[in-house]
Amino acid sequence: MFHGNRILPLVAVAGLALGGAARAEPTVEVLHWWTSGGEAKAVGELKNSFEAAGGTWIDSPIAGGGGDAAMTALRARVVAGNPPTAVQLKGPGIQEWAEQGALNDVQDVATAEDWDAVLPPALAAIMKYNGNYVAAPVNIHRVDWIWANPEVLAKAGIEAMPTTWDEFNAAADKLMAAGITPLAHGGQPWQDATIFEDVVLGVGGADFFRKALVELDNDALTSDTMVAAFDQLRKMRGYVDPNFSGRDWNLATGMVMRGEAAFQIMGDWAKGEFLAAGKVPGKDFICAPTPGQGFVLNSDSFTFFKVKGDDNIKGQKLLASLIMSPEFQKTFNLAKGSIPARTDVALDAFDDCAKLSHADLLKAIEADTLVPSMAHEMAVSRSVRGEFLDLVTEFFNSDMSSQDAVQQLADAVKRAM
Amino acid sequence: MTSIGQRIERRLPLIVVSPLFALSLFFVYGFIAWTIYISFTKSGVMPVYTLNGLAQYDRLWATPRWYVALRNLFIFSGLFISISMAIGILLAILLDQRVRAEGVIRTIYLYPMALSFIVTGTVWKWILNPGLGIERLMRQAGFEGFTFDWLVNSDYAIYTVVIAAVWQSSGYAMALFLAGLRSVDDEILKAAAIDGAGPLRVYTRIVLPSLHPVFLSTIIILAHLAIKSFDLVIALTGGGPGYATDMPATFMYAFAFQRSELGVAAASAVMMLMTVSAIIVPYLYSELRGARK
Repeated sequence: MFHGNRILPLVAVAGLALGGAARAEPTVEVLHWWTSGGEAKAVGELKNSFEAAGGTWIDSPIAGGGGDAAMTALRARVVAGNPPTAVQLKGPGIQEWAEQGALNDVQDVATAEDWDAVLPPALAAIMKYNGNYVAAPVNIHRVDWIWANPEVLAKAGIEAMPTTWDEFNAAADKLMAAGITPLAHGGQPWQDATIFEDVVLGVGGADFFRKALVELDNDALTSDTMVAAFDQLRKMRGYVDPNFSGRDWNLATGMVMRGEAAFQIMGDWAKGEFLAAGKVPGKDFICAPTPGQGFVLNSDSFTFFKVKGDDNIKGQKLLASLIMSPEFQKTFNLAKGSIPARTDVALDAFDDCAKLSHADLLKAIEADTLVPSMAHEMAVSRSVRGEFLDLVTEFFNSDMSSQDAVQQLADAVKRAM
Repeated sequence: MTSIGQRIERRLPLIVVSPLFALSLFFVYGFIAWTIYISFTKSGVMPVYTLNGLAQYDRLWATPRWYVALRNLFIFSGLFISISMAIGILLAILLDQRVRAEGVIRTIYLYPMALSFIVTGTVWKWILNPGLGIERLMRQAGFEGFTFDWLVNSDYAIYTVVIAAVWQSSGYAMALFLAGLRSVDDEILKAAAIDGAGPLRVYTRIVLPSLHPVFLSTIIILAHLAIKSFDLVIALTGGGPGYATDMPATFMYAFAFQRSELGVAAASAVMMLMTVSAIIVPYLYSELRGARK
């Protein structure tokens, strides 16, 4: 570890200086599923920086199933003893692979560049296994956003964005009376779960969120607060249009854009849809946090797998260093629509929603109200998340009572643990 | 010399078939055995090989979603097989009346089979969507109260899968039955006609009973389409609303590839295998024994 500190800058320099030389070149093979639009562009940025630093980049994009296909490929390659250098892998998934002994740590790079000082502690904890960094975050997405069409709100006489769920319900009732769909929503399990976790944050607060959705505390899961959260979710069910089943999230965003619906509750990837349609934040659409003082964190990261050979190890370290460099964090996130994972990057070039997100992030770190997203695989293992999604989506699509939901949820979580 | 040539000739079929036999032994039965083994381990994100008893089966049978998947499989395959066969027989009999332009009509009915289930699912998703398809059409035509929202209704969504699958496959059942009908010996029909049997009686008493083997192959083909129905569900409903149209195949996919629960997924696969064998094996047995007599 100690000499690692000194070697690392040398490695980086060697990578830069000896780029085309016959020595072992830093090489990475990156497995990811960012293959469309802004995401593909964002990966392109990483590839360019890596090649500019003299490395060889082998691209392994595997599209399909929101990463399921890539995970299958990854499993096969790890079993065969030939893992890629870095994989787009996030949340507790990192720990699952680390427990299998499949990861390399990049702690020497992290120590040299003092990652601990620039990453939100809640996020840093997810990137580490046994206290050592095994992954590097590229961005922060905020999940608890509510997007609105100001024109539609004005039509229904709603002046301010709701700051409590009661205000939200009042606004939604007004919209219903005016004949407008209050909530644009797509009936897919992960979207149902996105609304659910934002409601839990608003109803119970950040500490309750952590107890129930991260620590999976049985008392919290069966508490009256959880019942109240399901009651609110039941209300939200009444605010969506009849054709919501199976709709993709971007189509729901389109409904808000066209004024067919007033609100959408969705992470800040929805912003990309608005911006792509030439809409201006603050004028054509409003972004505001969902009711509740907190910040639901979603973050993409690259996880470093156990590769052998000088060129691969060098490449891995160079990649880790590049990912965490302020310039890369800026260009990548401008392309993807999220905000940098580093909290010390200037946001001058970003839009107003991103600036708000960043300000709220700093506030949330200060007040300890930053929570990892359950719906987006940041908080709990994929098996527990699956049980949450099943139950929430079943609740949303049936007339299950909140009491039953809470009990079944607690049972399901116990089963998966 | 001749003996070697003869010997090779005698063994030739064996030599030709054996690579295929070895491949299917490995890739089919080998992996069935592997899956069964995995279902008794604690495999999660990666396969592990330490035995863990029946824990995965306990887990599987305590999961409400699994019961939904099973119930859907029985509703779907029951309705899909019976309705497809009923429509198939009816169309085949009607076509068998030496109608004009039979070739064209036959092709039209058979055509849906040429589409992939993904296409069928997507098209029917639009047709059945209340905001785009039939419901909207009827309302625009003046029937304001018309409601047909099965696709987005948890209780009825599975029937929309049946509708789409029947649309796709009944033409195929028709083709099989038509071929069967054409193979019935004319002499018998003539003899029946001389004996004064009406058309209904000819069909119910003579023609259909003689189509016994066609029934068997149609049921087996449709049943395996039903059990492996995965793409249609994914394209039509995505398993939704909620997980109301989940099938064992989609359940298994979700657990293996989306949730990193290889053990539960393997257990569900074994349950599917046992269900299929429980239905097919006795049927095949009785059919084959009947044929030998």
